[in-house]
Amino acid sequence: MSDAPDHSPTLAALSISDRLGQAMPYILVPLLVVLGFFAIGSSSSWLTLTVSGLAMGMMIFLMASGLTLVFGLMDIINFGHGAFISVGAFVGISVLFALGDWTAATSLSLNLIAVLLAIVAAMVVTGILGWGFERVIVRPVYGQHLHQILVTVGGLIVIEQMIHVIWGPHEIFLTRPETLKGAITYWGAALEKYRLLAVVLGLIVFVAMRLVLRRTKIGLIVRAGVQNGEMVQALGYRLKLVFVGVFIAGSALAGLGGVMWGLYQEVITAGMGEEMMILVFIVVIIGGLGSVEGAFIGALLVGLTQNYIAFLAPKLALISNIGLMAVILMWRPQGMMPVVKAK
Amino acid sequence: MINILLSGDRPRSILLSVILLVILVALALAPFLFPGVRSLETAARICIFIVLVASYDLLLGYTGIVSFAHTMFFGLGAYGVALASIHMGRGFDALVVGSALGALAAAVLAFAIGLFSLRVRAIFFAMITLAVASAVAVLVSQMSELTGGEDGLNYLVPRELTPAFRFGEAFGIKLNGRLLAYYLVFASCLLLFLVLLRVVNSPFGRVLKAIRENDFRAEAIGFRVVAYRTMATCLSAAVAALAGSIFAIWLRYVGPDTTLSFSIMLDILLMVVIGGMGTMYGAVIGATLFVLAQNYLQTLMGSASDATSALPLIPDLLSPDRWLLWLGVLFILSVYFFPTGIVGRLRGVR
Repeated sequence: MSDAPDHSPTLAALSISDRLGQAMPYILVPLLVVLGFFAIGSSSSWLTLTVSGLAMGMMIFLMASGLTLVFGLMDIINFGHGAFISVGAFVGISVLFALGDWTAATSLSLNLIAVLLAIVAAMVVTGILGWGFERVIVRPVYGQHLHQILVTVGGLIVIEQMIHVIWGPHEIFLTRPETLKGAITYWGAALEKYRLLAVVLGLIVFVAMRLVLRRTKIGLIVRAGVQNGEMVQALGYRLKLVFVGVFIAGSALAGLGGVMWGLYQEVITAGMGEEMMILVFIVVIIGGLGSVEGAFIGALLVGLTQNYIAFLAPKLALISNIGLMAVILMWRPQGMMPVVKAK
Repeated sequence: MINILLSGDRPRSILLSVILLVILVALALAPFLFPGVRSLETAARICIFIVLVASYDLLLGYTGIVSFAHTMFFGLGAYGVALASIHMGRGFDALVVGSALGALAAAVLAFAIGLFSLRVRAIFFAMITLAVASAVAVLVSQMSELTGGEDGLNYLVPRELTPAFRFGEAFGIKLNGRLLAYYLVFASCLLLFLVLLRVVNSPFGRVLKAIRENDFRAEAIGFRVVAYRTMATCLSAAVAALAGSIFAIWLRYVGPDTTLSFSIMLDILLMVVIGGMGTMYGAVIGATLFVLAQNYLQTLMGSASDATSALPLIPDLLSPDRWLLWLGVLFILSVYFFPTGIVGRLRGVR
C-alpha cells in the first residue's frame, strides 16, 4: 500500500489583483464620476450632469431590478416587461390628472401626496397585470427560452395596443406638480428638483430591496432559489409561489419606474416601455443576468455615461450605451456580477 | 430534377404541395393573372418577404436563436443599393456593387454581434440584437447627410427597370420596365430561396438542427457550437441584406420606416411562427398569408369597425389601426397551440 499523495494545503491571502478584480464593479461608478469631473472641467456642469445621470440610472434600475430577479429565479426572460412600464406610466399620469387640484397647488406636501398616490395606483395596477401576465402568458412556457421570448413579445404587443384602445392613439403631454418644477442652485450648479427626488426614491427602493433580500426569510429563500431552485424545493418551500410574488413585485417596480420616467420626460407614449426596454436589457446584461447589485451598478453606469457623453461629444451619445456594453462584455463576458448557478 | 431543385426536401403533404404550387404559379404569372399596380406591388412584396422570412427561419427555426436585428440587416442591404445608386450613378453596376457591399457589411456586423453574445449564452443574443438594432435605427435617422434621415433616400434605378421603358404588348398587358423589374425580383427571390433550401438540407443544416435540439450534446459529439451558430447568423444576415437590396431595387426608395422599423421585425416573427418554424415552406406560406392579410384584411376591419360604430369599445377594438392587437393575440395563440405552424399541421394531417 502506497502512501497517500502529498497534500499540503496552503492558506494564501488573495493577491492584490484578485481583490481589485472582485471589488472592481463597486469601484467603477466612483471612478466614472471622477473621470467625468476631469473630462468636463467645470465643476458646476459636472454636478448637474452627475445628478441627472444618477437620477436616470435610478429610474432605469427600478425597471431593471424586477427583470433580473425574475430571470435569476426562474430562468425566464420577459420581453413583455416593457409593457408594465408603459401601463404604469399611463395609470399614474391618469391619477395625477384626476388630482389636478393637488398637483397645481403650491404646497409641497399636497404635491408629494398626489405623486405618491399616483405611484401606488400604478404599482397596484401593474402588479395585478403582472400576476395575470404570469398566469396566462408565461406559465405555459416554463423552461423553453425560445417560446418564452416569442410569447412575451406577443404579450408586449397586445398590452401596448390595449393602451392605444383605452387611452387613445396619441402621446399625452403633462407638467410636473408645481413644487417639483424648476431647479435649485447649489455651488453654481442648477439641480432639477425632480431629479433629486428621483435619486432619493431610487436609493430608498434599492436599500429596501437589499434589506429584504439580505435580512428577511423570504429574501433568503429568493436568493437560495436563484442559486439552486431544486434544492430549495426539496427543502419544502413552494418556490413557484415565491416566484409569482417576485414577478408581481418586479412588475410593480416597473410600473413605479414608468411613472417616474413619465414625469421626468413630461410626455408618455404607449411605445415608451419598448424604448426603455433597450436600456433595461443593456443594464441587465452588463450587470450580469440575475444580479440585483449588478443591475444597480449597471444602471448608474449607463445613466452617467449617457449624460457625460451627451455633454462631451453629443454625436457619440447615441452609441455610448452600446459602446459601454461592448467594453464591459469584453472585460467580463458574463456581465459584471454573474449569478453563480449551482447546477 | 425537382428533387435536386428542392434539395430532397419535398413538401411531404399533398395539400401543402398544391398550396405551394398555387403560390408559385400565381407569383410567376402575377402581372398577367392580376393586372394592376396594387396587385403587382403585393406580389413583389410577397416574393421579397418570403426570402426575408426564410433567412430568419434559418436562425429561429433551424438554429434556435432569436434575433431582433433582422430588419437591421435587411436595411443594410437596402441602404447599400440606395447609396451605391446615388454615388455611382444610375446603372446595373451600382446595383450589383451596392448589394454585394450591403451583404458583406451585414455579415461582418453579424459576426461582431455573434462574437460578443453567442460565445456566452444564446439568450444574450436576443437582448443584444435588440439593443444594437435600435441603436442602428436611431443612427440612420440621425445621420441625415448620409442616409437622408427620416425622409429616406430616393434614387434612380436603370431605365430598363422603370415604367418609362416600353417594349410592346402581350395578352393585353403592356410590357414595360416595371414588368422586367418584377421578374428580376421574382427570379432572384426564387434563386435565394432555393439556395436557402439547399443550405438547410446540407450537412451544415443538419448540424444546426442538432444544435437546436441539444447544444450540449452537439458540442459533446465534436461540433463547435459557437462556430456553427456564428456561421448561421452571418449567412442569415447576408441573405436578409440581399432581400433588402431587392426590395430597394423594386421600391426605388429607402427609409427607416420601410426597412428598419421594429414593426417589420414583428411582422417577420409573425410570418415565421404562423407559417411554421423550422421549415422553409413555412416561410412561403406565412409570408404570403400575412402580406395578403395586411393588404386586404385592414380594409375589412375598417368596414367592421364602421358597422359596429353604435356599440361601445368594439369599434375601437376593430379599427384598422388596431390590427397589430389582433396579430399579437394570434401570435400568442399560435405559439401555444400550433408551435409547428401551418406547415406542421398540414404535414401532420397527411
